Amino acid sequence: MSADIPESMPHGTETSPAVQQQPAESGARRAVSRRDFLKKTGLLAAGILTPAVALEVIFGLKGAGAAQAEGLATAAKTTPHWQFLVDTNKCVGCGFCVKACKLENEIPYTLNASRTWVERHVITKDGESHVDSPHAGQYGFTEPEIDLGEGKTLAIAPEDISKAFFVPKLCNQCNHPPCVQVCPVGATYKSPDGVVLVDRKWCIGCGYCVNACPYGARFFHPKYHTAEKCTFCEHRISKGLKPACVQACAFGARQIGDQNDPADPVAEVVATRRVEVLKAEFGTDPQCFYLGMDAEVR
Amino acid sequence: MVHGEIWTIKELWVLPNEYIIWAIQIVMYPFMTGLVAGSFVLSSLYHVFGIKKLEGIARFALVFSFALLPGALIPLLLHLQHPERSINVMMTPHFTSAIAAFGIVFSCYFAIVAAEIWFLYRRHFIDHSRYLQSLGKDRTFGQRVLQLVHTILTLGSFETSEESMRKDHKAIKLLASAGIPVALFLHGYAGFIFGSVKANALWLTPLMPVIFIVSAVVSGISLCLLSYIIVSEVRSRRGRRRLGKGKLKGAAPSVDISVIKMTSKFLLIFLATAVSLELLDLVFRGYTALNSWRILKDALYVRDFRNIFILQYGLGAFVPLVMLLLPRLTLRRTVVATLLVLWGVLMMRYNVVIGGQSFSQTFAGYMHYKLPVIPYDVERLKEGLVGALIVFSFPMLLFYIYSKVFPVFPRQPHSPD
Repeated sequence: MSADIPESMPHGTETSPAVQQQPAESGARRAVSRRDFLKKTGLLAAGILTPAVALEVIFGLKGAGAAQAEGLATAAKTTPHWQFLVDTNKCVGCGFCVKACKLENEIPYTLNASRTWVERHVITKDGESHVDSPHAGQYGFTEPEIDLGEGKTLAIAPEDISKAFFVPKLCNQCNHPPCVQVCPVGATYKSPDGVVLVDRKWCIGCGYCVNACPYGARFFHPKYHTAEKCTFCEHRISKGLKPACVQACAFGARQIGDQNDPADPVAEVVATRRVEVLKAEFGTDPQCFYLGMDAEVR
Repeated sequence: MVHGEIWTIKELWVLPNEYIIWAIQIVMYPFMTGLVAGSFVLSSLYHVFGIKKLEGIARFALVFSFALLPGALIPLLLHLQHPERSINVMMTPHFTSAIAAFGIVFSCYFAIVAAEIWFLYRRHFIDHSRYLQSLGKDRTFGQRVLQLVHTILTLGSFETSEESMRKDHKAIKLLASAGIPVALFLHGYAGFIFGSVKANALWLTPLMPVIFIVSAVVSGISLCLLSYIIVSEVRSRRGRRRLGKGKLKGAAPSVDISVIKMTSKFLLIFLATAVSLELLDLVFRGYTALNSWRILKDALYVRDFRNIFILQYGLGAFVPLVMLLLPRLTLRRTVVATLLVLWGVLMMRYNVVIGGQSFSQTFAGYMHYKLPVIPYDVERLKEGLVGALIVFSFPMLLFYIYSKVFPVFPRQPHSPD
């Protein structure tokens, strides 16, 4: 078409309407179509969003927000803050607590990991400390030899022992939990009652929390392949029951209590007696308190 | 079997739940991101700071960095117990976690490198697309596909005026500058992931991110240098062979030794810094001798002595340092030195990741790592030698494919290759 334009003809004259119109039209079409496109896209997006937002504001957000605020206000008064008390003087190392825990929380007996475990500490007269926890102590400590791993054991003559004791361990439900801090997806969190929980449907299984816990409380569940830990038997305590390990302990070495209940005997012991926590230097503010603790225990 | 039990052997007093959770893939992850960051920094030395002698290796390094990027992603996916949920990191990032930023930093870095490559190769895409089109109906099927790929890669921009080229150049410089902090962040924060674990006596140090960054640059430069030499040699040999058969259109040049010498100088600087920082960390731990030192000194100086002082510092740092410092640097010596440096950096990652988990939090027991070699099952495949080799070789394959579209060496205009 451009071949029709005489060389000398000035552009914009009426003599070549077709030629002149062509670029103008294509230019206009481009500009308008782009603008139109943006406009229409914007309108469409706004159109889709408006009812959704309106619905949420009117029914969802407002309702949920109000309910949540109300819930929190009442929760502050009644929500317990769970604390655990371990009296190491009372523990005999029977391992019933470990068995009960595994049974209650569906952790196989044969699994070489456990939500809770019992340690045997033997300190000899030469100042050496010997510790073991074969099968997390679930079968009790029936052999006098110390388990050294790799199938090796160490026999200690009774007269060489200066002191020996058992230490039950479990998740400390820290008030500043490093495991919660490092979870990249927020799958592990501290619930309002102070217990640290794991969302098995959201955990990606990176293992950061397992490595971040200074107490070795976490491992991977063999079936769900998500981070697994002691929950103080949240499913039981929230119904007024005691954790499986507490219930299984015949000697009262394990007890649970509510810090927010002034009449709670455990809370009273923690508040009025000299209690220890594990690895206080990490600044995690553990909520498991120990009576009769020794400096050798880490 | 609990996760980690396959490759962990416990000795003395180790807590029941303690296992080596972060295994070989977490060794590969910082190693690969290190290569990514390092090769990007190398290319930026030319694009931003205008170090002219690095011109020959700059494009090469940039495309290599791009190809290495999935190498930083795959080890994480292979390591995750639920890789199908990996998107959760983007959906609900929990920003108190060092890992939460991964998705954002990684995507950001990916976008920067992709954009820089586009600006760098825009002219090439246009020229090549036009050239292939000009061949008309005689085009082979492969050429048709290549033409389509090149045309798509132009993203509809066929402007090649001087003004637009100047703008491209400006954009490259801008992106290369922006990429440096992002690349360093991508890797520095990998160091932060370890350095901030207060439960681990070996990892906990603010020096960790710095050490990671410097050793990343070391490994990146080494890999670029090594592959640059290999690829150049292969090209020139192939060229010579073709010349013999009389098929050559333009002989490919052999390795430019001045590029090698200049790059190896940068390698030396970063290598010396990396080793100094690591030794500073070691000396400091011994001098302050905190509670953890009672097990750390045994782990470092007795149990892991071979891995740390012979394989990492000796073979992986001291020997290549001397090799590169001796006068009259030859190609062969450079190749051996860069291989040793790469080995040293890999061992450093190994000694940090595995070494950090080789002692118990009780400070009274040890865990030994046994790398699964034969993949009897998925776990041993994913987190074993085979998995590590897949992670390492995949970017090399990708680089080969990329180099078909992004020529990493200057070539004759319109020469079909």
